[in-house]
Amino acid sequence: MAEDKNSIDIDYVANLARIDLSQEEKDRFQKQLGDVLVYFEKLSAVDVEGVEPMAHPFPVYNVLEEDVVEEGFTAEEALMNAKHQRNNQVIVPKVVE
Amino acid sequence: MEYEAVIGLEVHVQLKTQSKMFTRARCAYGEAPNTLTNPVVMALPGALPVMNKEAIRKTVQVGLMLGCEIAQSCKWDRKNYFYPDSPKNYQISQYDQPICDGGFVEIEMPGPSRNVMGEHRKVKLTRIHLEEDVGKLTHYDGESLVDYNRAGRPLIEIVSEPDLFSADEAFAYLTSLRTHLLYLGVSDCDMEKGQLRCDANISVRPKGQKELGVKVEIKNLNSISGVRNGITYEIKRQIALCQKGEGASIVQETRSWDADKGITFSMRSKEMAHDYRYFPDPDLMPVRVSEEIKKTLADALPERPFAKQERFMKEYNLPYTITSVLCPDKALSDYFESAVKAHNNPKAIANFIANDLLRELSNAGCDMAHPLEGCKIQPEALAELAKLVDEGMISKQIAQDVLVIMFETGDAPEKIVEEKGLKQSSDTGELESICSEVIANNPKPVQEFKDGKDTAINALKGQVMKATKGKANPKMVDDILRKLLS
Repeated sequence: MAEDKNSIDIDYVANLARIDLSQEEKDRFQKQLGDVLVYFEKLSAVDVEGVEPMAHPFPVYNVLEEDVVEEGFTAEEALMNAKHQRNNQVIVPKVVE
Repeated sequence: MEYEAVIGLEVHVQLKTQSKMFTRARCAYGEAPNTLTNPVVMALPGALPVMNKEAIRKTVQVGLMLGCEIAQSCKWDRKNYFYPDSPKNYQISQYDQPICDGGFVEIEMPGPSRNVMGEHRKVKLTRIHLEEDVGKLTHYDGESLVDYNRAGRPLIEIVSEPDLFSADEAFAYLTSLRTHLLYLGVSDCDMEKGQLRCDANISVRPKGQKELGVKVEIKNLNSISGVRNGITYEIKRQIALCQKGEGASIVQETRSWDADKGITFSMRSKEMAHDYRYFPDPDLMPVRVSEEIKKTLADALPERPFAKQERFMKEYNLPYTITSVLCPDKALSDYFESAVKAHNNPKAIANFIANDLLRELSNAGCDMAHPLEGCKIQPEALAELAKLVDEGMISKQIAQDVLVIMFETGDAPEKIVEEKGLKQSSDTGELESICSEVIANNPKPVQEFKDGKDTAINALKGQVMKATKGKANPKMVDDILRKLLS
């Protein structure tokens, strides 16, 4: 892999995202993602000397709620999107990490 | 060559809140699967997480208790990974701005014997951050089942520096950390329920070397004894590898402790290192903890457990052994102090609690993590019992029997003494006749006593106590016997 900072290791990224790509897709996405990096490069041109890094665009802090329980889902509602289920739980392929 | 181990612990602790970290779905343990969720927990599109104020307060309390620097401002990051325990495919955590920085946990090492205090040392902490817990997977043949009840519960991660050097130290650290958290009441810290979980980073190095060796992470140390046994095993394994030399080397990896087999085994073939791609969570605003809140919480902190123990030894003149029974349990030590306030005989009260009361609680099958829950004896009643002994109303021996009845019925000690006729006999005439009888029936100890063996009188005293069913005042019996024998 070339050490160009605007190039993307498409195999690595695809693996992280758990998606299979065809060669044609790899070529296309590699270029597109590389372009995205180039756009971000423009930010490097801005002088941020003396500016505190922000975690959020708005200077708003402490959006908090009191610790008071509210009604949630029934098991049936919670599992409406689960194609495979048993004993009110979602069935997934066995993955032991 | 001699090797030494270097250990750092990562301890996850579930905070005791009513609702989850970023939404108000209920927190509970042992509920039917997937009944404690809502759109935020299940990561439905459009759901907005909102922080739990109480979880933040509790984390700050822990930080203050453990001497951490509380960050003026902290933020939330997404830790991205694919695993079915997280419906979002990321966990909300804190990457580079944790709530608490630094700090320490004071530990006590085992002393030279059980009744001597061991050496104390401060183990350095790296940080404490707040995050959300994930769901629970149960593995079967070919498939796994997922329950999201636990997902989203507030969880703190307490990270120590590589500042522990044996399995015993790791054990002492975990015990002390747990005691501190229980004192604060921020968590029940029940390892069996997963409320406290511990991973260990272990390496070994030749003694005297500064650089750390290759680090191995051990998971699934699911009990306090598991922590000690798992770490002991792993240190031995690594040292054996080092000593083999040639070709045998320690691989940086994650291993799992198998408590049944008593071994650690490699968990994953690391085809690729984890790349969590942390980035700030755009849904959540940063948190600022004001000086005012810090001060309020700091003022409300409980006395630290080791400070309390030291005070008990000084202020009440209690031996180390008994303080090490009372002080690790805040409720128990508070109970003791309430009783002493009602009647100032700390030693007698401490002995009643540590010997008699705890035995009864244990026999009654109480949960010894919270032994006083459901205890019918109020501290004032226990104080009254000690007072009855001090006033000569009943003997120590009878008091122990009264305590057993108090434990069963919850009745006041005077009432029991009255009803069962246990009042110590101080009737000199009656006692004198019993003593005379005992002297007449026990010529052997009488002769021995007269021959100068003073301790022979104990045999006679024992007979008198037996005849009076323990109700006689021991001091009076001694006086009368000596008078009659002289």
